[in-house]
Amino acid sequence: MDFRYTEEQLALRETLHRFIARDYDFARRRALVSSPLGFSAEAWAQYADLGVLALPFPQEYGGLGGNPVDIMVVMELVGQGLLLEPILSTVVMCGGVIRDAASEAMKRALLPQIGAGSLQLAFACYEAAGRYDLASVACRARPSGDGWCLSGRKNVVLDAPSADGFLVSARVSGQVADSEGISLFLVKRDAPGLTLRWYPTQSGGRAADLRLEDVVVEADAHVGSPGQALEIIERAVDRSTAALCAEAVGIMTALNEATLSYLKTRKQFGVPIGSFQVLQHRMADMYIAAEQARSMCILATVNADSKDVAVRRRVVSGAKAHIGRAARFVGQQAVQLHGAMGVVDELIVSHYFKRLTVIDLTLGDSDFHLARFGESLRPAGQ
Amino acid sequence: MDLTYSPEDDAFRAEVRAFLDARLPEDVRAKVLLGKRLGKDDFMRWQKILHARGWGAGRWPQRFGGAGWTVVQDHIFEEERAEAGAPPQIAFGLRMVAPVLMTFGSVRQQEYFLPKIIAGEHFWCQGFSEPGSGSDLASLRTEAVSKADHYVVSGQKTWNTAGQHADWIFCLVRTRSEGRPQEGISFLLIDMKTPGIEVRPITLLDGEREINEVWFDEVQVPVENLVGEENKGWTYAKFLLTHERTNNAGIGMCKRGLHTLKEIATDQLVNGRPLIEDVRFRDRIAEVELELMALEINNLRVLSAAAIEERPIGPEASMLKIKGSQIIQQLAELRMHALGHDALPYLYEALEPDWVADPLLAEHYPAYAPPVSGQYFNLRKTTIYAGSTEIQKNIISKLVLGL
Ligand SMILES: Cc1cc2nc3c(=O)[nH]c(=O)nc-3n(C[C@H](O)[C@H](O)[C@H](O)COP(=O)(O)OP(=O)(O)OC[C@H]3O[C@@H](n4cnc5c(N)ncnc54)[C@H](O)[C@@H]3O)c2cc1C
Repeated sequence: MDFRYTEEQLALRETLHRFIARDYDFARRRALVSSPLGFSAEAWAQYADLGVLALPFPQEYGGLGGNPVDIMVVMELVGQGLLLEPILSTVVMCGGVIRDAASEAMKRALLPQIGAGSLQLAFACYEAAGRYDLASVACRARPSGDGWCLSGRKNVVLDAPSADGFLVSARVSGQVADSEGISLFLVKRDAPGLTLRWYPTQSGGRAADLRLEDVVVEADAHVGSPGQALEIIERAVDRSTAALCAEAVGIMTALNEATLSYLKTRKQFGVPIGSFQVLQHRMADMYIAAEQARSMCILATVNADSKDVAVRRRVVSGAKAHIGRAARFVGQQAVQLHGAMGVVDELIVSHYFKRLTVIDLTLGDSDFHLARFGESLRPAGQ
Repeated sequence: MDLTYSPEDDAFRAEVRAFLDARLPEDVRAKVLLGKRLGKDDFMRWQKILHARGWGAGRWPQRFGGAGWTVVQDHIFEEERAEAGAPPQIAFGLRMVAPVLMTFGSVRQQEYFLPKIIAGEHFWCQGFSEPGSGSDLASLRTEAVSKADHYVVSGQKTWNTAGQHADWIFCLVRTRSEGRPQEGISFLLIDMKTPGIEVRPITLLDGEREINEVWFDEVQVPVENLVGEENKGWTYAKFLLTHERTNNAGIGMCKRGLHTLKEIATDQLVNGRPLIEDVRFRDRIAEVELELMALEINNLRVLSAAAIEERPIGPEASMLKIKGSQIIQQLAELRMHALGHDALPYLYEALEPDWVADPLLAEHYPAYAPPVSGQYFNLRKTTIYAGSTEIQKNIISKLVLGL
């Protein structure tokens, strides 16, 4: 057992830390949220230069051959800096799918572009009626000429407005909630028949609803074997869920630091409010919650690529359920301990709180993951 | 022991319902039920309608123009009001400054201000908190220097709700710097149009502008606007805060919030079934509902005891405030979680009354969704304002438990 980061990981962390301090302070972030793009194109280019966008890809595709722990390092900083760029969508989710399941040609075409920062993709696999169930796919794909023709809806697709293309799940056979019969397609942003309705999200990002009306794609837009995509999708979502957990841990750590420093500096009744025992205990609980969360996050991260699907599901869902709750506690209490300062837009505190809330509601909320974790508790043989 | 409503109470409830049915403007009702932004006009219009019916101030004694309702009648009204989708009455005038004026104000103040409050002519706001004085309110520094026939007020108030709409502000000001801080505070009524007052908006985390900084630069306030005696303001403020906290229990609002939660959880599906049938989620609704049931009776019990014994409500108000604020928050949290992905869009414009979702969005995004997440964020304030939960617990520990 060794819980230490490698030299490279420590260096990467340090670099991103400096980048946030220098180029991505809170004022800058606020300006980006309301800018036309919604994030920083320069930052995106810098991530490419730093190798962040090529981190998880094999070297033969221009990648750095990184592992989930490397991603954890990055995502923690994404949390701390409240970075708006679509690293999770493009690199971890879509990049992960392409790395795991795409044809050799698609890998050669796309992974180097993602790594270089010239291609952004968004993951369009959730539908309104399915809530967090990835098997609930009503969107249909039927053969058309050499390729496929897609029709359906995808909702709240994160980072969709700026994406050059989407990975869309669509049903080639079976009924809406069947786990068999789902395929995955790469659909270009400008494909005829594709309409977007975009909006900001509660945590400063962007998302969109997609409508596909007879969108025709070539045969080579199909990812993996026809009808067998659910496994690929779940694998990518599990890995991304672990990454999202790391983002939450980064935020909780930063939020606890901010709150601790507020407890030491804010005075009421002639003393720092941190001298009140009830607040000391609350802060201690927040610290414990964040440490527990970090441990669950590490556990999920090292198992995120596990070949044993049951282990992967169990640990990742366990972590997301656990961290969702920890995030709620830490977020709410950080606001509470800041008093009215906690609910103003002007301080980063409320933005951390909102991001933690949105993370809890993304890729399955605590309830969803608790249930999924609970399935692994069934006595053997049932 | 008898927890049933009397025939008179039932008759009163029927009367309230009929009135709400007939007189609550449909546009206002729609805004309230869909969580749209309400303007000053909406509140004032509704206050005038209530006033015309003689219900402008249910709990005020009749000699001040109130309806003289019992605790139970007031409870019934609030329950029906919230359920019907009528806006709450603005508390700053009716339930905060008015009781202070009735108890400690001059006859002139009573005669001038009370009729304007009840008629919806004066919109009031509260100027207590300052940047350095929140929980430790008594440390406040905004000073009022006494001149012949007026005070000169300078300083800064903050976290002031609705100051941008207000005609008048009631303020705690420092009139003496020696001695205990509590003994140098006075209670002043200030016309918001007086030269030297500047209102600067503060944006809240949900993007809304409901609070402000209020700056006073040598603002002249006539001595007639001093309430009671100079340097006795702390006593009046404590009296007012007890009223504020009692109102904060907000049973009617919680019941309405619970109702909406159940509607949302019935409409939302999980695995093809209504979310409300999901055992995990249903239990969570049930737990909050039980807290609310207990609080409703707790609230009535505390208020009735005070009414029978003809005394003001004591530190038990803190218990009601703690529970009420937590329940409001829990309900908002569950409503947000019930939405799943639909909790994520931030559609600022969707809270305008005439907004309609475009077809693509409308396919999945229900009409009840737009305000839900913002409400969750916004309502974190309820355990902070009117004395934070921690401060209420300090009060209970000290004044109720004697620790
Ligand atoms: C949305 C909103 C609207 C408001 N509207 C108004 C208004 O209209 N008029 C007005 O005058 N004020 C208003 N307030 C201000 C409100 O009354 C104060 O926020 C409140 O009194 C807390 O003060 P503070 O924000 O300075 O927090 P602080 O007093 O700095 O408290 C920070 C934290 O320390 C804790 N703490 C402080 N002292 C103790 C202690 N002794 N023991 C244990 N814990 C302690 C608090 O509970 C809190 O968690 C409003 C506030 C909000 C958020």
